[in-house]
Amino acid sequence: MNAITPITTTTLKDWETDQEVRWCPGCGDYAILKAVQRTLPELGADPANTVFVSGIGCSSRFPYYVESYGFHTIHGRAPAFATGIKLANPQLDVWLVTGDGDGMSIGGNHMMHVLRRNLDCQILLFNNEIYGLTKGQYSPTSREGTTSPTTPLGSVDRPASPCAFALGAGARFIARGFDVSKELPNVLKAAYHHKGAAFIEIFQNCIVYNKDRFEDFAAPKGAEDRQLWLQNAEPMLFAKGTKGIALDTEKLTLKVVDVVDGDWQAAGVIVHDVTNRSIAHMLVEMPFGPFPMALGVLYDDPRPTFEAAVMAEREQAAAGKEPNLAKLLAKGQTWTVTEDGPEL
Amino acid sequence: MATQLAEPTAKSNAPQESVVVRFAGDSGDGMQLTGGQFTLSSALAGNDFATFPDFPAEIRAPQGTLFGVSAFQINFGSTSIDTAGDAPDVLVAMNPAALKTNVGALKPGGLIIADTGEFTKRNLEKAKYDVSPLEDGTLAKWQVLAFDISALTLESVKPFGLGNKEALRCKNMWTLGLALWMFDRDRAPLIDWLNAKFAKNKVLADANIAALNAGHAYGETAELEGSIHKLHLGPVATPAGLYRTITGADAVALGLVAGAQLAHLPMFFGGYPITPASSILHALVRLKEFGVTTFQAEDEIAAICAAIGASYAGQLGVTSSSGPGIALKGEAMGLAVMTELPLVIVNSQRGGPSTGLPTKTEQSDLYQAVYGRNGDAPIPVVSARSPSDAFECAIEACRIAVQYMTPVILLTDGYIANAAEPWKVPDPADYAEFPVTFLAEKNAGDTLLPYKRDAKGARPWIKPGTPGLMHRIGGIEKQVDTGHLDYSPANHQAMTDARKAKVDGIAQSIPDQDVCLGNPGGKLAVVGWGSTYGPIHQAVGRARAKGLDVSHIHVRHIWPLPQNLGELLKGYDKVLVPEMNTGQFKTVLRDQFLIDARPLTKTSGQPFTIAEIEAAIEGALA
Repeated sequence: MNAITPITTTTLKDWETDQEVRWCPGCGDYAILKAVQRTLPELGADPANTVFVSGIGCSSRFPYYVESYGFHTIHGRAPAFATGIKLANPQLDVWLVTGDGDGMSIGGNHMMHVLRRNLDCQILLFNNEIYGLTKGQYSPTSREGTTSPTTPLGSVDRPASPCAFALGAGARFIARGFDVSKELPNVLKAAYHHKGAAFIEIFQNCIVYNKDRFEDFAAPKGAEDRQLWLQNAEPMLFAKGTKGIALDTEKLTLKVVDVVDGDWQAAGVIVHDVTNRSIAHMLVEMPFGPFPMALGVLYDDPRPTFEAAVMAEREQAAAGKEPNLAKLLAKGQTWTVTEDGPEL
Repeated sequence: MATQLAEPTAKSNAPQESVVVRFAGDSGDGMQLTGGQFTLSSALAGNDFATFPDFPAEIRAPQGTLFGVSAFQINFGSTSIDTAGDAPDVLVAMNPAALKTNVGALKPGGLIIADTGEFTKRNLEKAKYDVSPLEDGTLAKWQVLAFDISALTLESVKPFGLGNKEALRCKNMWTLGLALWMFDRDRAPLIDWLNAKFAKNKVLADANIAALNAGHAYGETAELEGSIHKLHLGPVATPAGLYRTITGADAVALGLVAGAQLAHLPMFFGGYPITPASSILHALVRLKEFGVTTFQAEDEIAAICAAIGASYAGQLGVTSSSGPGIALKGEAMGLAVMTELPLVIVNSQRGGPSTGLPTKTEQSDLYQAVYGRNGDAPIPVVSARSPSDAFECAIEACRIAVQYMTPVILLTDGYIANAAEPWKVPDPADYAEFPVTFLAEKNAGDTLLPYKRDAKGARPWIKPGTPGLMHRIGGIEKQVDTGHLDYSPANHQAMTDARKAKVDGIAQSIPDQDVCLGNPGGKLAVVGWGSTYGPIHQAVGRARAKGLDVSHIHVRHIWPLPQNLGELLKGYDKVLVPEMNTGQFKTVLRDQFLIDARPLTKTSGQPFTIAEIEAAIEGALA
């Protein structure tokens, strides 16, 4: 986000385009689109000052449906386009929409560098653990053993973990949500308010090729037991406060502890500090199954942005220098040819 | 020089007005620096000149090896110079490997200056010599001037107390001093330059100056009399004005800055290090006060994508690379075609395919530039003929990009990028401005039509941040006018036609093709493009002096071609196309004009010699 953007009054309708949405009926993308369109007015965002940039894939059709500026680019390269846009005009609010194939596979390199550089933008990575637009091949986030047209006997490679990747690449904001979650707008808002690259992994249900892949933690029934919604400065509690996450100080790992009578302190439950990078490393690696799925803002510790540093350096380098083209062309060792011959 | 040599050279049928000198040594010997400074002294002597730096791909190749030889050739004289010269008159060989790799090119009767101090057993072995060539008579057809430059240098810098290694580093200045004496050059500018270069280390400055003076003084001693003499080449008649030397890489950088200024735009340059294109990025990072933002991207693809992003946001996006990097940028170029955004793509061509010959020159990316993308993706292509011409071509590329809302490819090559020539400093006021107007309000009543075309076929440039003009663009086929997604057959036909018509129409904004030497019609046209300009021009000039009916046509606009080119070429009985590839432009000419263009090809990583083209002309007219 941009700190000096004035508050603009809009409604959800202002962010809808006249284009027919072409996702499959029931696709999780619809819910994410609505969540974004509902959140933008609350942020006071200005459609004229907002740019949605995407790569290729189902998720990357997103810009066509948001009434703002939009650039549907090429496979995996959205971070590079966003970098050029933001360096050319740092005043713009840039949102990047990508998927697990686009962002983690063909575009993994660009994802690493946009995070490392800390370009001010919101990165929404729709993770459905499958290639949808190309009809169902397994993706870099597909779990081992995923059967697909290219892996009829089950995939053998280990999946990438987007949040662990982002943290390893140097991201300063990492969050997780899922398509139909009511909490998603809050996650989007936190990302928007973070100045710098804000990485959000959004689990998204591909109802055609990977239906209900995330039901194990996303299903409403029993959700409290399987979802850990992280809140800064709040204890890491789930299962209606009967369980919590504590630090195993001997193994230096996290562990699940029972909380008796709400006395989480006695159980050693840790308080979430979004700026604690060590705990963030444990949270992004925390395996679902033995642990609940960590959701919400896992890490948020801003540092100066790339475009600010580039602008500052440019201003410093240009300070006191007059952009005189004629002088520039005549720079260096010159000589003058006169009727009498050349001279220095 | 040649007229002073003991034996007349094969071609010295007229008093020679130019001399070719090649400095060759180990890649650590500072030959490029020596050549560069000798070039400057030539400029100050009023000579015209052309240079050809030829260095290995390895940064510090093992000392004394054949593949570690770095050479710098300069052709200078009191007459107009178009090439770095065919065969050297003088070869300065700083070690046996330098002698071995370069002596074959030396003119019969030419002069070899060799440093005997480096002709040690070990160095001879590294250069695969069984016996020292200085002693076994194999150099008999040349004049040899062999003496211990190493020892003489050490002696001259003794008072400064340098270590042996540092002291020997002054060898190149000693050699330069000798060369300055040979050609009656003033030492003062070199001394100023050394004082400035080593401003922070007075001892090194003084030692290098002492070596320079010692080399010069050596020339005046009796030992050289009888073998060589001083030669003074007077100034060439050049128009009065301010001059400087310029390399192609610097000219491209300056031309891009000028182009952005003429368009009234800030410039965004996305690049990734690659030989020989990196020097453009090196030059531009220092020009931030001209509204230049440079971005060293994570790879070639990111470099062009960021440049397109910047163009989308309202700056002049530029990216630059060499063949392999350009290949990586192909998909993004297609997006720039589809989204109709301005973009300049500079290709400093080198020998290919694949990694090929990174430091050697070639013109083999013409097919890639004209045809090398998926789909019907026409992109205008402009090619520079010389370092100074690269300035004009960069401006032209910027003009086409912003006026036609299109990516444009600018072709130079390794030779143009590194070679230097005198450049009459242009006055920016002499160039017509082409200011850009961004769309500020809806362009069809209450409706915005992002793909509504103007008379030239160009769509409006709409910057994000402009109130009320929100719209979406992308790589999927666009609907006519609205730019919405549209896969329908009639629409794709219409948009493919519109993109082609727009690029074809650029021909209306470029000058008619001229004949740069000879007549508009006749027996033979030699048609060139890019850096073959020099040798073709000289060869055609010589052939015409012999009375042959031959003309030189040099094409800057490779795509679209000048409107009159087809008719012009049909006025000749024969068309010969010399190019440093296997005949790529020849194919384009045949395809576009159904003419029997014949190729003259060379892919050795070295520029054409004048003699090679002269022979081909004589062959074609025989």
